[in-house]
Amino acid sequence: MQLVLEKRAERSSAIALISPLIAIGLTLATMSILFAMLGKNPISALGVYFIAPFVDSYSLQEIAVKATPLVMIAIGLSLCYLANAWNIGAEGQFLIGAVAGSWLAVKTQGTDAGPWVFPAMLLLGAVGGALYGLIPAICKVRFGASEILTSLMLVYVADLLLDYLVRGPWRDPKGFNFPTTAEFDPVATVPVLIEGGRLHLGGVIALVVVAAGAVLLARTIKGFEIRVVGAAPRAARFGGFNSNQLILLAFAISGALAGMAGIIEVAGPVGHLQPGISPGYGFTAIIVAFLGRLNPIGILFAGLFLALTFIGGEQAQITMKIPLDVTKVFQGILLFFVLACDSLILYRFKLVFASPKVSRGAH
Amino acid sequence: MPDSTPAVQHTGATPLLQTVGLTKRYGTLLANDAVSIDIWPQQIHALLGENGAGKSTLVKTIYGLIQPSEGEMRWQGEQMVLSGPSDARARGIGMVFQHFSLFDNLTVAENVALGLDGKESFKDMSARLEEVSRVYGLPLNPKREVWQLSVGERQRIEIVRALMQNPKFLILDEPTAVLTPQEADQLFIVLDRLKAEGCAILYISHKLAEVKRLCDTATILRDGKKVSTCNPKAETAASLARMMVGGEIRRVKAAADRQTNVARLVVNDLTLAPDDLHGVRLQHISFELRGGEILGIAGVAGNGQDELFAALSGERLAQDPGAVVIDGRAAGHLSITQRRKLGAAFVPEERLGHAAAPRMRLSENALLTGHAASGMVQHGFVNTAAMLKTVDRTTEAFDVRKASRDPEAASLSGGNLQKFIVGREILRSPAVLVVSQPTWGVDAGAGAVIRQALLDLAASGAAVLVTSQDLDELTEITDRIAVMFHGHLSEPMATVDASREKLGLLMGGSTLEQKEAAHAAGA
Repeated sequence: MQLVLEKRAERSSAIALISPLIAIGLTLATMSILFAMLGKNPISALGVYFIAPFVDSYSLQEIAVKATPLVMIAIGLSLCYLANAWNIGAEGQFLIGAVAGSWLAVKTQGTDAGPWVFPAMLLLGAVGGALYGLIPAICKVRFGASEILTSLMLVYVADLLLDYLVRGPWRDPKGFNFPTTAEFDPVATVPVLIEGGRLHLGGVIALVVVAAGAVLLARTIKGFEIRVVGAAPRAARFGGFNSNQLILLAFAISGALAGMAGIIEVAGPVGHLQPGISPGYGFTAIIVAFLGRLNPIGILFAGLFLALTFIGGEQAQITMKIPLDVTKVFQGILLFFVLACDSLILYRFKLVFASPKVSRGAH
Repeated sequence: MPDSTPAVQHTGATPLLQTVGLTKRYGTLLANDAVSIDIWPQQIHALLGENGAGKSTLVKTIYGLIQPSEGEMRWQGEQMVLSGPSDARARGIGMVFQHFSLFDNLTVAENVALGLDGKESFKDMSARLEEVSRVYGLPLNPKREVWQLSVGERQRIEIVRALMQNPKFLILDEPTAVLTPQEADQLFIVLDRLKAEGCAILYISHKLAEVKRLCDTATILRDGKKVSTCNPKAETAASLARMMVGGEIRRVKAAADRQTNVARLVVNDLTLAPDDLHGVRLQHISFELRGGEILGIAGVAGNGQDELFAALSGERLAQDPGAVVIDGRAAGHLSITQRRKLGAAFVPEERLGHAAAPRMRLSENALLTGHAASGMVQHGFVNTAAMLKTVDRTTEAFDVRKASRDPEAASLSGGNLQKFIVGREILRSPAVLVVSQPTWGVDAGAGAVIRQALLDLAASGAAVLVTSQDLDELTEITDRIAVMFHGHLSEPMATVDASREKLGLLMGGSTLEQKEAAHAAGA
């Protein structure tokens, strides 16, 4: 008796919908084993991770706050991945967006600049992220450099630039030498939606981005071009679509969204520029993009789910002394299963009884 | 199963190879349905059938690449279970594939060595390679790199590689598809000689004249089932075709008189360097194609046809705008989208991945070439209703069979997808249609529909350029034929004057050499 993978006659759209759920199921099973090996009760550990955050309003708001950057970045990444351009550097674009927007906040600090400051910061963040995203794209288009390597390496450049700025020129003079800018003025911060709560305007912006992404991909010729370039590059050239232009466009949009997420994060939940503003949003968003099947609506749900793991991870650390790094293990295992389950869309498992040896297909 | 006994006497009491009720199932699809055939020594046995009839599956099973779902094979009367191709080779079964498995950057000898389960030294093997190629009249230089060789020479490598294993049984999958008529004749001499030496040959083809001439026995497959085993010499081409198709094939008819006055596609001294290392340079190509006319371009694959298609379509741009003129306007510098707006339409050879995105719906594939000049795009937004309407119109006009209204392109059969792709372009009423291998790998019925559509399009005043390796097809539908060889295009000649011999010589490049010699002598 053997278990073989057999190619389906047609791709299964049912599996395409449920494969992320299968992946989540397998991830939970694997995590239970891991928790048991750490000497924790798997049931209560999973309870802390996935149930506890839903019981109080603070955690619920916090999920939305954490999902905001994840969803915004992942929508941009999905455009890149659909176009077969592998932007791994959203984290760097996020940081540069934060830096670019913060520049205005630092410059207008203490002046009586009007309410135009925050919208201008958003714009600066988007432009900064887009320009930073264009660097690996131009290197790819112009010189054939692998965007995977260049975009990833630029993350560390961005990280060090931010570090330099908050330790040097932008350091808060009254900040006891801590590497941080001064708290942003009220006109330079994201408006909060509920008085005294954590939920802010960024959540609304993320929803607008989801809607725009859905329309772009399903209803516009540009969205179609992006999809064809990734799915069938030769057919795209035959269709008259310029793949280089589309790669630049995808990276620019992706960088802009990551940059905007960066400045929202700094001008919102954090309130000032400092190192460590991101717990790896740019990398986790890669998982969000794939878990959401590179579909904007799917990404919205996937973003909320992964935000849950951040909150759950914090609570598990506090209440069960489970190290915070386990959250990253969890996210890694999830990505692994998501990619593995995707093969079920085109293949299916089949049990073969008492059959001759399987074809080797070698020639 | 009705099985007329072959009229030829067999040597020996048991067949060399028998398949008994061989069945191969892929999910619900029966690729082979209880196929039983007998292969005798000293016989050339033809395997006939349309694309998708199950010929490839059957020979891959015999060669050990595929395990049968049911049934068995017997080798010299004994049951045979193959664990893989090396097992088949060890018994003396050799195979020459339609698509060569050669490494372009390695030499002939290195390629042969890779394909042998070699125990001998490279030097001994090279010597034996030269010996075998000399004895069988298949000249090869072991030290040459494959990318420098013609398609015919590449096939020789595959044949010699098979012969070096001293096969008792040789399978050839459409070996003449890539050969000039003269090269094919040379191949037949080799096959006759192998037969005389006692080898059994299974010969896959759908060229019926060739099969009648060469083969002793023919087995016809249709929809995975064996239809008949017969003596092809006792049949007519029409009766064989009927067995393959399971009915009559529609004959295409050209309109009585056609307007051929306005030049709609003009190519002036088009020269273009290849964009990859092993590509072909287009050399001073010039021709003029008038409305109402069909010009055929013959030639062995890899002589610059793909490069010419890319230069005409605008997938590659010419330096000189005047090198390509569409309906009176210089277009050599224009993109494919701009050329479409001038009224040109294009159908490339490769259906999946070039003409169509395989995993996208037909409506999206309609948009792929229709976005430039149709109502499918308004202010950057796509009009799904207009896309679906194009699918429906194409489906109706060209009888595209599909499971749902708007399935993925990859789910259609080759013939139906080709009808969709050709139909998608023709329904835009193009002024100029450039089409490459219009019926390649398409069943006979769909092929007839497509050829008729090309004739009708020309009759309506469009200029049609058809590149094909199928000389029968070109003879059937074109008004003039030119031949491509090494990036040069011969002077087009009237199809009525284009004999197979003349075309064959041009396809082998001989006229060109004579021309050059005359030129050199005159200079």
